[in-house]
Amino acid sequence: MESSSSEEPRSIAVEKAIEVDIDPGNLLVTDPNEISRLQLNSNPAEYLKDLTRSNTQLLINSIFTLPFHRVDDVIVAELPKPTYVLPRSKPAPKARPLTKWQSYAKDKGIVKKKKSGLIWDEIVKKWVPRFGYRRAEAEHAKDWLLEVPQHSDPYEDQFEKKSEAKSERVAKNELQRLRNLAKAKKIVVPASKGLTSKVKQSKEELLTAVHTANKATASLGKFQPKVGKVKPLKGAGKKRQFDPLINSQEKAKNLSVLDKIMNKKPKIDVEPIVSKSVGAFRPKKKESYGDDDDEGQRKGRRGKQMGTKNSKIKKGPAKKGSFKKGRAAPKSGPKKKKH
Amino acid sequence: MHFAMLYTNRDSILIKMRPLTEEETRLFFEKLAKYIGENIKVLIDRPDGPFCFRLHKERIYYVSEEIMKKAGNISRDNLVCLGTCLGKFTKTKKFRLHITALDYLAPYAQAKMWLKPTAEQQFLYGHNVMKSGLGRISENTQKYSGVVVYSMNDIPLGFGTAAKSTTECRHTDPGTIVCFHQADIGEYIRSEDTLT
Repeated sequence: MESSSSEEPRSIAVEKAIEVDIDPGNLLVTDPNEISRLQLNSNPAEYLKDLTRSNTQLLINSIFTLPFHRVDDVIVAELPKPTYVLPRSKPAPKARPLTKWQSYAKDKGIVKKKKSGLIWDEIVKKWVPRFGYRRAEAEHAKDWLLEVPQHSDPYEDQFEKKSEAKSERVAKNELQRLRNLAKAKKIVVPASKGLTSKVKQSKEELLTAVHTANKATASLGKFQPKVGKVKPLKGAGKKRQFDPLINSQEKAKNLSVLDKIMNKKPKIDVEPIVSKSVGAFRPKKKESYGDDDDEGQRKGRRGKQMGTKNSKIKKGPAKKGSFKKGRAAPKSGPKKKKH
Repeated sequence: MHFAMLYTNRDSILIKMRPLTEEETRLFFEKLAKYIGENIKVLIDRPDGPFCFRLHKERIYYVSEEIMKKAGNISRDNLVCLGTCLGKFTKTKKFRLHITALDYLAPYAQAKMWLKPTAEQQFLYGHNVMKSGLGRISENTQKYSGVVVYSMNDIPLGFGTAAKSTTECRHTDPGTIVCFHQADIGEYIRSEDTLT
């Protein structure tokens, strides 16, 4: 290390244990050498000043190796491009969100094709721009006459129709642009949230709307004239009405409800059929029982399955007589309930 | 004044217990018919005096008209119950039979099951009936029909839904469920405070 005590100019040569990194583009020197703790503690100001001088000297030295020229009596060095990447102060900008078409194209794998700016127009025999400047001019030159399509109104202005279609397309594009913008900024567009009415309403919705509109007057629709044949709204303006506590028709009413329930559908008694078919599909094990009688065979199997001596599971229709009937026949009248 | 009158008028409809509406009657009868079928007629049309169904606090009570008329004088808040509670409407307006209805289901039941003594306790604790616990079953019991469950000595224990028809019962394993538990007389102890 050089001493900084003397007044005389010091040597421009600086020795370093490890060579410093110099980035002349940024005018930056990075010194990877170890700081001498001993010197720093004993005389910090002097030590830091000395270190800075020597490193600055190295930077100046490197600047003088760069190509230089003279501008108005001033020597100017040409700095190379900076190599050191300075960290950003602000976060990196986010990628612009894809528009609806872009995301769709990405999903579908549609790649944008490069198209030529000029296209050959057969009608005007000229190279015309695909879009943009002077395109409309070419269009006008081409469409001085328009064909009236078949089955269309002959008095319809085809030019007007065309320009209208064009403005529609422009409007649609503008709408889509704005929609993309709103989507990117996450703004809720009212139309997409159902604040406006649906384009096509169902019959019920329309009916409700008509009735609501009819009632939306100061007199709650009392003096509103009837509009055409409007069906009354289902269940509207109906109050719950209960029968009186004591009424003589109650029994008849109950019986009629019961009748309706009982006559709802004819009950098909599938049970005998099922039991027959189940019996038919069962594998026959005649030899194990030694009984040719089908009934006897069933009996044997059943006994085995139930595993109890006195099990009295009711059997199929064939055995009706031999078993106690399960169906209850009320022996007496209804039980009298004491309250 | 006028409004106050209207209010009390309207309230009086709600305060009283009331006859069932047609829809409620239908729901109720449909459930009852699963157990006793046409025998509902016997409950409606009784020879020993008029009986009726009344709705009170979402519960259906089967009550003699005489008692019903007397209970009509008691406001809804003060009336705990009347007659026999047959069941209640759930919040979703389905009808559930209560065990208290057993007295009326048992004599007219169309499908029955008898339990072996060993299986009785299980059922009375609220469990389903297994094939192994089945002593007898009335013939022509259809799948998912309502069945009244008896002990072997013909004491009604409760009711449930047949999980298997009579024929299916014969061919199933002892471990399969043959009857889904719905109510049993054990509930008189287990859910004493909710039964009215």
